Amino acid sequence: MTELTPNIIPAANAIRWQKATISAIEHNTPRVSSFWFKPAEPFAFKAGQHADIRLTAPDGYRAQRSYSIASAPENNEAIELTIERLDDGEVSPFFHEVAQVGDEIELRGPLGGHFVWSVNDGGPLLLIGGGSGVVPLMSMLRHRATQNSDVPALLFYSARIWDEVIFRDELLKMHEAGRGFELAFSITREPARRPVDFSRRIDMPIIAELLKRLPANPSVAYICGSNRFVENAAQGLIDAGLPPPLIRTERYGV
Amino acid sequence: MATRGFFGRHRDPDAAERLPPGQHLTDDFPVLSAGPMPRVRTDTWTFTVKDGPRPVAKWSWDEFNALPQTKFLRDIHCVTTWSKFDTNWEGVLVDDILEAAGLDASTPYTLAHAYDGYSTNVPFADLTNGKAMVALRYEGQPISPEHGGPARLLVPHLYFWKSAKWVNGIQFTTRDEAGFWELRGYHIYGDPWKEQRFTGD
Repeated sequence: MTELTPNIIPAANAIRWQKATISAIEHNTPRVSSFWFKPAEPFAFKAGQHADIRLTAPDGYRAQRSYSIASAPENNEAIELTIERLDDGEVSPFFHEVAQVGDEIELRGPLGGHFVWSVNDGGPLLLIGGGSGVVPLMSMLRHRATQNSDVPALLFYSARIWDEVIFRDELLKMHEAGRGFELAFSITREPARRPVDFSRRIDMPIIAELLKRLPANPSVAYICGSNRFVENAAQGLIDAGLPPPLIRTERYGV
Repeated sequence: MATRGFFGRHRDPDAAERLPPGQHLTDDFPVLSAGPMPRVRTDTWTFTVKDGPRPVAKWSWDEFNALPQTKFLRDIHCVTTWSKFDTNWEGVLVDDILEAAGLDASTPYTLAHAYDGYSTNVPFADLTNGKAMVALRYEGQPISPEHGGPARLLVPHLYFWKSAKWVNGIQFTTRDEAGFWELRGYHIYGDPWKEQRFTGD
């Protein structure tokens, strides 16, 4: 893990809480929406980083959570946080039921210095996302597209049903545009929609097939999703011969 | 600044007293790790104490398990904001590790190292006087690999990234050297009661 450190972000100065205004809300899927936040003081970030959100009740009680940034670093005036509604959650139901455009929310960022990628880090780049684990990977892909980069990249994105695929149309368009980007969905509870897609949980034959679709072995792999999903994918990549230090993971907390 | 329309969950006043600021209680035990789970075997496992670059004591799995065992019942606090109360651990106090090797602290600073290449810095004062152990059992069972088994550092009074999973050694360093997450923006000390999550907090 520590052998590969091409993109450590050095300990920054203090990252302060600040006010941010919700400037837009978009429903991605029945359970997932994107919220655009305009921070009073916009900050530079790298694709893959996250921001912390803090909510304060009238009695002073606070709840805070981390959300990955979905938007590209090239546009930091408003950052997109894509939030899945967790029924037993405390913060995500607030966003889905209460938050409106114009609300002021406390936010700070950027945070996280490991699960980050920029075009200068090169590739081939292997991205593996499960469910809303696609969010930080989307920032990397949007960054790559905005930079007109032709670094070979492949996204494997596993979702339960077609209608729960976040950013589906944008990803399909990105795939059509080509430029070294390969896209494979796995829709685990429905038949595959496209010849390049799968319809089962990630396994060794899928991993072997994905590696064949890249022009060379990945120089770095990013995996994000539930712990079980991430560990299955990571152990599969190791079994396929990828050195563990090349594999970076991010797992949902609580 | 109160957030419009936010009231938060029902708060249990007893829990509130035990929860550091910005934390919430969970009954789960979430798994977080920067990379894949390493494959650690007890038949090749070792634990090494180093003074700078120099190894000064080393144990095999069987030797380490023969050291005095201590039980901890502690609340744990993850920087990602979950806390878990009353977790049961059993393992070898850092005090007993040094005692068994006949060693004294050679510097005030340490780095804990782990099988996946992870490291984290902890001042020696936070490891000694019964404050920390190398845990071998959780809730009466061997620690599962995803939670850092076969052995993990346990420094429960600091944020849980300091409790290195898959630990394989402690190194005394001449200065306070940042570890894996500390190099990447996490707080150099990590006291949950002072909410020291990130650099400058």
